[in-house]
Amino acid sequence: MRELIEIRWHGRGGQGAKTAALLLADVAFNIGKHVQGFPEYGPERMGAPITAYNRISDNEIRVHSNIYDPDFVVVVDETLLEIVDVTNGLKEDGAILVNTSKPKEEIIPHLKGYKGKLYTIDARKVSMEALGKYFPNMPMLAAIVKISEVMDTDRFMDEMEASLKHKFAKKPEVLEGNMKALWMALEEVK
Amino acid sequence: MAIKERMSGNEAVAFAIKQVNPDVMPAFPITPSTELPQFVSNYVANGKIDTEFIPVESEHSSMSAAMGASAAGARALTATSSCGLALMWEMLYVAASSRLPIALALVNRGLTGPLNINCEHSDSMGARDSGWLQVYAENNQEAYDNFIMAYRVAEHKDVRLPIMTCMDGFITSHAVENITLIEDDLVKKFVGEYEPEHYLLNEEEPMAVGPYAVSNYCMEAKRAQAQGMMNAKQVFLDVAKEFEQISGRKYGLFEEYKLDDAEYAVVGIGSAMGTAKDAIDALRAKGIKAGLLKVRVFRPFPGEEMAAALAGCKAIAIMDRCESYSGNGGPLGAELTSALYRAKSKAEIINVVYGLSGRDVKVEDFENLYGELADIAVNGVKDTQYRYLGLRE
Repeated sequence: MRELIEIRWHGRGGQGAKTAALLLADVAFNIGKHVQGFPEYGPERMGAPITAYNRISDNEIRVHSNIYDPDFVVVVDETLLEIVDVTNGLKEDGAILVNTSKPKEEIIPHLKGYKGKLYTIDARKVSMEALGKYFPNMPMLAAIVKISEVMDTDRFMDEMEASLKHKFAKKPEVLEGNMKALWMALEEVK
Repeated sequence: MAIKERMSGNEAVAFAIKQVNPDVMPAFPITPSTELPQFVSNYVANGKIDTEFIPVESEHSSMSAAMGASAAGARALTATSSCGLALMWEMLYVAASSRLPIALALVNRGLTGPLNINCEHSDSMGARDSGWLQVYAENNQEAYDNFIMAYRVAEHKDVRLPIMTCMDGFITSHAVENITLIEDDLVKKFVGEYEPEHYLLNEEEPMAVGPYAVSNYCMEAKRAQAQGMMNAKQVFLDVAKEFEQISGRKYGLFEEYKLDDAEYAVVGIGSAMGTAKDAIDALRAKGIKAGLLKVRVFRPFPGEEMAAALAGCKAIAIMDRCESYSGNGGPLGAELTSALYRAKSKAEIINVVYGLSGRDVKVEDFENLYGELADIAVNGVKDTQYRYLGLRE
């Protein structure tokens, strides 16, 4: 893993991008990393574009600014590609992950000439199949963990299972659906 | 053994409140401090603490109720931000002059307007002359530690003043970061039981709190209150020393980062000072002698001590996350400049207003600022001494 990984999340209010960023901070903390997980706050409401951030490092993190030159960008809602400059500052040796059912060729024109890697995943399909509802954040979380190599994916799944077991102690069916969504996403991201 | 955790600033301070288990918490919600009463009322509802939580109808009432509880002899606290603090204004002065050691967990947010919910220090800075002790945090760890030390300073017999523990709204309050917590029993032992000397519920000693004082006595009361504030400097240091024994973490009135041999210094408050540290490391690698003085205790104001720590600097940027509309710079700028003058400092000084309403400040902003200081050290202050950083043009 890189010494410091910086991730920027773009989503819409209600899609769980902030929750995913905080969950990523949680699991990275559990494997002994220094972490930051924080949203950028404005007049939030359902459907409005939001940004969240992660820093994950082997060393103490003292910087408290937003992230301008991320290693990775996660686009939770593909309609944002047209209204937000998602590749702004994104490092060329990094990657962008987009939630879409479209082939990559149709996404590339929206990336303003970004030369790094593009990964896609159909988080809607994964979520509907695993949970029966559209919660894109869990598939996106699993996909970015795999792409960024922030941690071993087996370890990630173990940590997520423990964390979700605790969180949904009284709703085992939610645990099962979410674990399935994570597994599927690890397979489906390309 | 210390407990490694990760939590937001609000979670951290709520956890400190849980460990301290104060007697009474009246509170009214306001962003970004709303989570504090929310988490504490959860602790109460789940039987984790026996604090009396009072959901009041306004911040004027929350401070009034905290004062009533404190005067009665209880350990009281509240939490707020921005306009919530403004609505407490009248009561802030009464709490301080009645010498009530109330704790206020403040999550810094700018005062309206334009209406905005993000970080700025204008709320607490506006209350800087209300007679409250003020201590500021760079991150969740310091916010947690400051709250655990708060009552020890406020309730000390040489001080007896209310205390505001401040952290940056959202940047600190809502960001999840690593933190090291102290075990419950160590915290309880460190903070101890509150044993007020004089209190309303003591039937052996009937007394009045907050009566009218005629001119023959009023000035003496104010002078005595000022003495409590002056005494607090030493008490802050003594309590920090004791705290180091249970935590391993060292605190002073302010933190010096690579300041010993620094030629160019930034002085500031809060979360952005962590960002400044990264800039300093980058500049030091290039041989530039950059340093930082981060203010922790703002009330009492350690002017003499700060001036002494800055004695070797050629150029100093004093940072204010607050516009005081004096037309003459911000509060830290004004007070520290006067302290430096009294100390006969020869340094060139600029006062930089930054980060208003959550305007972000980056590592490169600090690198540029140090570059400016290096120029000023040679050529003197060219433009206005009071300026803005990160302003869109």
